Amino acid sequence: MWAILKREFRAYFQSPLGYVFISALFFFSGFYFFTYNLYSGTTNMSTLFDLLFPVVLFLVPVLTMRLMSEDKRLRTDQLLLTAPVSRLGIVLGKYCAAAAVFIIAVSSTLLEAIVMSFFGRPHWPVIIGHFVGILLLGLTLIAICMFLSALTESQVIAAVSGFVVSLFLMLVDALALVVNNRFLQVVFRNLSFNDRYKPFTVGIFDLPSVVFFISIGALFLFLTLAVLDKDRWR
Amino acid sequence: MIHVQELTKRYGDKLALDHVSFDVQQGEVLGLLGLNGAGKTTTMNILTGYISATSGRAIVDGHDVAREPIEAKRVIGYLPEQLAFYTDMRVREYLDFVCDLKGVKKGRQEHVAEICERVGIAHMTSRLIRNLSRGYRQRLGFAQALVGNPKVLILDEPTAGLDPSQVIEIRSLIQELGKTRTVIFSSHVLSEVQAVCTRVVVLHNGRLLADDTPENLGRALRSTHRMVARIQGEPAQVRAALAPYEGLTIEVLGQKEPTAYDYVIEGAEGEDIRADVFRALARADLPLLSTYGNETSLEDIFLHLVAAQRYSA
Repeated sequence: MWAILKREFRAYFQSPLGYVFISALFFFSGFYFFTYNLYSGTTNMSTLFDLLFPVVLFLVPVLTMRLMSEDKRLRTDQLLLTAPVSRLGIVLGKYCAAAAVFIIAVSSTLLEAIVMSFFGRPHWPVIIGHFVGILLLGLTLIAICMFLSALTESQVIAAVSGFVVSLFLMLVDALALVVNNRFLQVVFRNLSFNDRYKPFTVGIFDLPSVVFFISIGALFLFLTLAVLDKDRWR
Repeated sequence: MIHVQELTKRYGDKLALDHVSFDVQQGEVLGLLGLNGAGKTTTMNILTGYISATSGRAIVDGHDVAREPIEAKRVIGYLPEQLAFYTDMRVREYLDFVCDLKGVKKGRQEHVAEICERVGIAHMTSRLIRNLSRGYRQRLGFAQALVGNPKVLILDEPTAGLDPSQVIEIRSLIQELGKTRTVIFSSHVLSEVQAVCTRVVVLHNGRLLADDTPENLGRALRSTHRMVARIQGEPAQVRAALAPYEGLTIEVLGQKEPTAYDYVIEGAEGEDIRADVFRALARADLPLLSTYGNETSLEDIFLHLVAAQRYSA
């Protein structure tokens, strides 16, 4: 697992992908930090984290698009699958590499909080809560998008299907309001990532949401593993 | 060392392997011989745990590949037919990654250096893989398979696509490696298998046709009753010289050199006519310039084995 984590992590920075992803997140968080904290003169980062929700939703599919699909297309998976490494090790190694890049990218928000601490008194427990929220959101989404990447040999298809899922997760709140069927309403409302993420942005450490994100993430990691296992039976 | 038992693989409707069984002893160099689509790569993919068999078992060094994949994979070095590398890595970096994958920790530097020396890529270690030529990529594939000193080497068409001098190099490398390791390698070139292997398994349409030493396989097929010869002398002289031997048919293929003709000389089936022909011509002072036509090709083996199987069935 370590070998794969190391290689995948390095691969992010051998191509522009890692740099682009990190700088994009830095750009958006910096922009919101300027407009909502520096310009309005407050240490309350709740708006910033709220606005990062769609940014994360749109950037994560780019981060994960080549994670599994490229190995399949180039047939480099043969090396991994015939090496003395478990399939779970392969999945976790790749997942952790993407997660590490994501964590570096969102840590920009912590940098901003540190900058504020020189001039004011940010409320650290709340900021840590915000940060945990965005981590959970991102890590869960990485698992989902990695699963999509494992289904195809094409990075483009992996990215596009990732965007579709992200868009759907954004629209699902609105859907819950417009459908008539009670059952679908409940399903859509419970699928909402936004509802689960919101409490963190207002400073509530919501345990059911933590469980929600972790279980969805684990489910999709498991499904990715299942796809890898299935390919063996072609 | 390797035990393959009733291995069967189905791709949808297509039966790629049909109850194939064979054993490989420690220190043996086994050639898997077969035309394209015979099931060589499928066999190797199952042995290395890349795909799963529909039924049957493959056991490597006492570990069932399906049940204890990690233990089995640890003793195998694999050179796939279609080499795929992370082309944005450097040779050195790539081998480092393979060391990581195979869990090589102690003495890694020396180990990698020794392997690079052995396969002849020591001067290429700082190159990007995408800039390597086909021959060097093949060597890198070899190097990758050798990392961790595996007891078993599985090489899928290691000489395909190489130029003749590289083929010779790779063959001698396989022979050298075969001294201390168990090697399975696949090929569709008969002479290569004969040169390198101690045993040959012939696959055809997913079925095992033969499991024998290359000498035995060759002997069964070598035609000693028929030869094509270039002889310096007129057809009438040749016929006269060979007249004492009964049952020889002589056919003139045509004049190939100013004073030499090609002949097909055939005796009764099962009889070795070569020495007799030589002596008769020598006595008549008709120089035998060359003979050929009694080498067997892979196709001959298949035709022979398929025919033999039909006959016995």
